[in-house]
Amino acid sequence: MTNLLVDSLYVVAAMLFVLSLKFMAEVRTSRVGNICGVAGMAVAIGATVVAYQTQNTSLLVGAVVVGAVVGSPIGLRVAMTAVPQRTAMSHAFGSLAVALVGAAEYYRSAPAIDPFTMSVLSGEMVLGFLTFTGSCIAFAKLQGLISGRPHLYRGRMYVSLGTLAVAIASAAYLVVNPSQEVVLLVVAGAALLFGFLLVIAIGGADMPTVIAILNSFAGISAAALGFILDNKLLIVAGTLDGSSGLILGIIMSQAMNRSFTNILFGGVGAAVASEAEGVRVAQTYTADDVATVLRDARSVIIVPGYGMAVAQAQHAVKELADAMQARAIDVKYGIHPVAGRMPGHMNVLLAEAQVPYDQLWEMDKVNPLFPGTDVAIVVGANDVTNPAARTRADSPLYGMPILDVDKARTVVFIKRSMGPGFSGVGNDLFYLTNTMMVLGDAKRVMTDILASVRNLRD
Amino acid sequence: MTAISSADLVTNLLIFLLATVLGQELIRHVSRLLHTPLMALTNAISSVSFIAALIVLAEPSSEDVQLLAAVAVALAATNIVSGFLLTDRILRMFRKRKPEK
Repeated sequence: MTNLLVDSLYVVAAMLFVLSLKFMAEVRTSRVGNICGVAGMAVAIGATVVAYQTQNTSLLVGAVVVGAVVGSPIGLRVAMTAVPQRTAMSHAFGSLAVALVGAAEYYRSAPAIDPFTMSVLSGEMVLGFLTFTGSCIAFAKLQGLISGRPHLYRGRMYVSLGTLAVAIASAAYLVVNPSQEVVLLVVAGAALLFGFLLVIAIGGADMPTVIAILNSFAGISAAALGFILDNKLLIVAGTLDGSSGLILGIIMSQAMNRSFTNILFGGVGAAVASEAEGVRVAQTYTADDVATVLRDARSVIIVPGYGMAVAQAQHAVKELADAMQARAIDVKYGIHPVAGRMPGHMNVLLAEAQVPYDQLWEMDKVNPLFPGTDVAIVVGANDVTNPAARTRADSPLYGMPILDVDKARTVVFIKRSMGPGFSGVGNDLFYLTNTMMVLGDAKRVMTDILASVRNLRD
Repeated sequence: MTAISSADLVTNLLIFLLATVLGQELIRHVSRLLHTPLMALTNAISSVSFIAALIVLAEPSSEDVQLLAAVAVALAATNIVSGFLLTDRILRMFRKRKPEK
């Protein structure tokens, strides 16, 4: 195959990738988007396989078989609650692949590498390797293999940044002396260690943002590899991925009113804030009480949080929503951007429970509706409803955009116990006169409310 | 490896910048409903680094280099297969409200 033909096919593939993201804009066309992505990948791989005859067919086929055998069950079977972990793992795989190709390219061509290529190559490897270990730690935290608490110690900033400095300095040394092959191991080792140190110090509640940032790193390192190999398709694909991670990261950090620096180096969530609350008494109610309130309701907004998924309550929530709709109650779901464990996660969890997506309302659109809503039902969420974010300047949550559930006529708050949320901050909402606290396992409480609603006599 | 000419470099930088702007525009328009499958999709797409490993494997090189590239192939292939399959699986779950019974 001629170079021109291969390059033209790469243009086609790049165009298909762009179209793929274009079609992802809305649900209606999104599956076409995925098909465009598959088509682009098929064109890219097909052109490459024909144009670049491999030196070692059995090795290549073996590697592809391993990839397909490992990848298929992940794609077909991973639980929707486990998609955040899987995403962290895919960033680990992607960035490691890119870093290894970078290393292979270095060993193949060293020392005949010009300084520009060598600087991109070493930068790419630093980014790739740190993303690999960072994503592995994110995976371990999300999977519950290690504690979600940030692991903090005195002077950790100096240790982390010192490690990064070693990685960058040794990378710079390689640019000047590309023949010193052993230095590459120092670059790799320091970058791997930095990724570990960076993410181990970040709390579990910040993982949605961390995943997005690591997504961005993985994409940028792939684009850098495109520069090294002068492969424009890889530059485009990597950059699109990097852009996506960056934007999702910005959305996540804005939804928590935090800067990237604060998330990456803040160590938030370590000490449980012990506010002097005084003794406040929340009114607790039963499922029957809730059903009584729902009897006269015309509009209900359900605010789900990850606790709902932990309790496996999403199907019970959906059934209750159906029962309410059968009573001609208007039901919407109010989704906070950080609900769940990764960007958009809550929508997926509810879609899996067969909640129609036109009932899922994002925060900015649903907030103006709370004042005219009869009942807001909060299930498995906490911090994202805490009015302290609006009113208490001394609260760690202050400034965070929240769902204005307190403006609804009645708030039903379903909660396992009276403990604080992820942030460790108590929720003023519990003590408002229009709040009905229902304590217990979310799934059991929802099932009880459902039974009570079905028993209602008008 | 052939040294990259400055003309190539400028072209590549231009592509990078244009792709950045285009990427920001495209992603901004993606519905918030779909951010999770979007991540799975872009991850699969950027695993086109698969072809970079293929290109390295096509050059004569030592066994160590071949092995590094082969591991990269396996990792990228895992992402491609799982990424597209998972994206489709998630997207199939999104459905509109059924007409009133």
